[in-house]
Amino acid sequence: MPQNSPQETPAPARVGLFVTCLVDSMRPSVGFAAVKLLEDAGCTVEVPRAQTCCGQPAYNSGDRADTQAIARQTLAAFEEYDYVVAPSGSCAAMIREHYPALLATDPDWSARATLIAERTHELISFLTDVRGVTAVEARFDGTVTYHDSCSGLRELGIKAQPRQLLASVQGLSLNEMQDAEVCCGFGGTFCVKYPDISNTMVEEKSGCIANSGARTLLAGDLGCLLNMAGKLKRTGSPVEVRHIAEVLAGTTDTPAIGDPAQN
Amino acid sequence: MSGREAILGAVRRSLKRQPEDAAARAAVEARLGARQRGPIPARAQLEPGAQVDLFQTMAEEHAATLTRVARAEDVPGAIAEYLSGHNLPQRLRAAPDPALENLPWDRHPLLNVAHGRASASDEVSLSGAFAAVAETGTLMLLSGERAPTTLNFLPDTHIVMLKTSQVVGSYEDAWARVRAEFGNGKLPRTANFITGPSRTADIEQTIQLGAHGPRRLHIVLLDDGPGGNGPGNAG
Amino acid sequence: MHSTAHSFKDNAKAAVADPQLKRALGHVKSGFIGKRAKAAARLPEFEALRDAARDIKTHTLEHLDLYLERYEENVQAAGGQVHWCASADDARAAVLDICQRVGAKTVTKGKSMISEEIALNDHLEANGITPVETDLGEYIIQLRHEPPSHIIAPAVHLTKDLIEADFRAEHTQFPAERQLSEPRQLVDEARQVLREGFLKADVGITGANFLVAETGSSVIVTNEGNGDLTQVLPKVHIVVASLEKVVPTLEDLSTILRVLARSATGQEFSTYTTVSTGPKRPGDLDGPEEYHVVLLDNGRSQMLAGELREVLRCIRCGACMNHCPVYHAIGGHAYGWVYPGPIGSVLTPALIGVEEAGNLPNASTFCGRCESVCPMRIPLPKLMRHWREREFERNLSPAAVRYGLAAWAFLARRPALYHWLIGLEMRVLGAIGRRKGRFARLPFAGGWTRHRDFPAPQGKTFQALWAERQAGRGR
Repeated sequence: MPQNSPQETPAPARVGLFVTCLVDSMRPSVGFAAVKLLEDAGCTVEVPRAQTCCGQPAYNSGDRADTQAIARQTLAAFEEYDYVVAPSGSCAAMIREHYPALLATDPDWSARATLIAERTHELISFLTDVRGVTAVEARFDGTVTYHDSCSGLRELGIKAQPRQLLASVQGLSLNEMQDAEVCCGFGGTFCVKYPDISNTMVEEKSGCIANSGARTLLAGDLGCLLNMAGKLKRTGSPVEVRHIAEVLAGTTDTPAIGDPAQN
Repeated sequence: MSGREAILGAVRRSLKRQPEDAAARAAVEARLGARQRGPIPARAQLEPGAQVDLFQTMAEEHAATLTRVARAEDVPGAIAEYLSGHNLPQRLRAAPDPALENLPWDRHPLLNVAHGRASASDEVSLSGAFAAVAETGTLMLLSGERAPTTLNFLPDTHIVMLKTSQVVGSYEDAWARVRAEFGNGKLPRTANFITGPSRTADIEQTIQLGAHGPRRLHIVLLDDGPGGNGPGNAG
Repeated sequence: MHSTAHSFKDNAKAAVADPQLKRALGHVKSGFIGKRAKAAARLPEFEALRDAARDIKTHTLEHLDLYLERYEENVQAAGGQVHWCASADDARAAVLDICQRVGAKTVTKGKSMISEEIALNDHLEANGITPVETDLGEYIIQLRHEPPSHIIAPAVHLTKDLIEADFRAEHTQFPAERQLSEPRQLVDEARQVLREGFLKADVGITGANFLVAETGSSVIVTNEGNGDLTQVLPKVHIVVASLEKVVPTLEDLSTILRVLARSATGQEFSTYTTVSTGPKRPGDLDGPEEYHVVLLDNGRSQMLAGELREVLRCIRCGACMNHCPVYHAIGGHAYGWVYPGPIGSVLTPALIGVEEAGNLPNASTFCGRCESVCPMRIPLPKLMRHWREREFERNLSPAAVRYGLAAWAFLARRPALYHWLIGLEMRVLGAIGRRKGRFARLPFAGGWTRHRDFPAPQGKTFQALWAERQAGRGR
């Protein structure tokens, strides 16, 4: 069981897991790691079937009408839960920071969007800041480095929380990379619309990861992880890439991102 | 329609406002009249002695040099010493300011002092300051018939005589002294805030002193009593 | 200035392949970021000052007409003159008119982005007047006939060996065998050359960081002292400034000055902050006999009407581009017009049209680092999105993007169909990719796989596995 700070013993909570489209399609093991961490923190977890994607591809392409439709659909799917939790700073920030603004002039949805936004959290910060988790029971032998994904860092203020929980993982040591807070060049559709710029950015990031000397790269957003893993694997780097939830949940028996299935 | 009316008309259309909007005018008058200060750094609100010390620290941090003297009559000697210490000619172009003209230059016969605006051949200049701002080690020099601006920029070496009573905490304190002397809304032609010697980082971000203005800024700080934080505090 | 913003993608492709540029851009990261962070950390009031600075500009913009009127009154009271110019053409004509009236042959110039915006140098040269840029960086790029690549460090895209070559080619008055490889030597040579320019100029043109309504003053903030020599020596001083530069009082000026240098170069305060009010006064021994302000609108009055008003708070410190990973990758010239970096990405479409500059607000990951350091708290990512929305509304985005997006949105709004289709696709991809764990190539993913592998999905989707788990629990 995870440890809580002594003064906080939060009541059980019903969490709607916003899986995120990338975790759903590319790496369900992250979703199950999130479920384990949430259940260990005293939550019951449900996964509404009516969710798809938070709408960022449309939102960031200037398609406001479709974004609003997706926002309403997502909000309706999650309205009944005590909390909405996503294993992604980017998607959590979309619901928390952007949905209320998108629906501000919608009389049916404005107030509801604000209420749900306030109950929406990124996974790791939810564990520490809402559930009072200070340590996890997990073991991971090796050195890791942690990339601060942009939305989580700058829109949600996630910086200390993942490091606090990583510090409690037995056998793990954290080597901070230089420029951990600098964007990896993913940016959703950016990475395919501007491949040359994106590549230059992820090359810089790969250099920082290599220089950290860590054997494993962690982050809290699968988009960034796919981008960095794709670059590291293309260049033959031995660094393994994982979502932080997998390490915190102790579920690292799956192949790392972009690595071959074990035989 | 003139450019002026066209532009102001376009601005008003965008602001959705009529030219005669009494409430807006009142808001503007109130703001201009209040001269409200923003957040003033704590380090600009020290007691006078500490403020003078902070001024020195900050000025030196910005590559200015500073000599403290106890009496006005020590100023020429301090300047002569500075010039010889830096292998500079004992020749000065000083502001035509009685406070500088009346210093006992005759005790240093080797020091050649002329008064007036700077010319291209002047290597060293001497100005008086109006005030100095402790928070960043910044001098405030005002132009006028006794204070030509060219002295501050043309020569390679600029020497400024400053009194401790002229040191204030913040820029706002310095403006308050300007208002006390010139009246609200009135400024001399030029107010120069100067923090250290001229510099550039335009080549590969490496800092080089003496880009176009002075290569050296030297401050002779005369102790004439406490520095202050307001116009009434000038000693 | 002629825009190449429409060919941004090609510009960027060429920029990332330029090793010399890459070396030069390394200085942006090493030269600005740490210093800004240190300066901000050293002033406990810094964040409060940012709020106050933002509020000052917000208030001023809400009352811009009235502050401009007051500003002009006070310029006139001090003996100066304001020339209101709706367009770049008007502003060029106003400057030329003054120069011709006083028979100017040479004008010195302090650094001014407005002068770049209105392409003033070309206009003066075409009319037989020689403009001499005196800011060291501006001087270097003038020699190279290049636009600035950064709003406060115009030559930041150049390494010192390139500058040395330019100086050797241009300054033929000096011995060919002279030492010129060190920044110190380059600075000294430029100082010597430009000193002559200062002394013979008939007119001095500067920009303005601020205009003060209370006193009718223009304010320049520099480190070199070139702006001061530009304005104090000639008999005419012309200030070119855009209308959003106005602030109400000297106190307001002081507040914003506290965040300007710290955000820009990480200095506590720039070396020279100069507040100029009218021409020389009776009894003054130096200073210009005439003082003119060429006040430029050029579309800004329109920007006041909507969301873009927030851009007009900008004080041109350059912090956004100093911290921008896209700028670090491509430098300033790739943006194709006067203003690079995040501020350029929101300002350029407003000034030259989103049809021309649509790529700029799209070429951002929305990483938010610019907004996090902007001293005026301009929500730059939000304003880039503003332009993407205008583009989308007007069907300006590429057809492939629009159709792809429409198909995706259709699916995303139908969860049952979405889960069925994604589930199918991932099972196929997962099965093919399982052995290697990744794809070196994939149909329709060339943008991704040109530079990176595409990690293979694990196979079944989370939704499918979750349904299995729930069913298993239910048994």
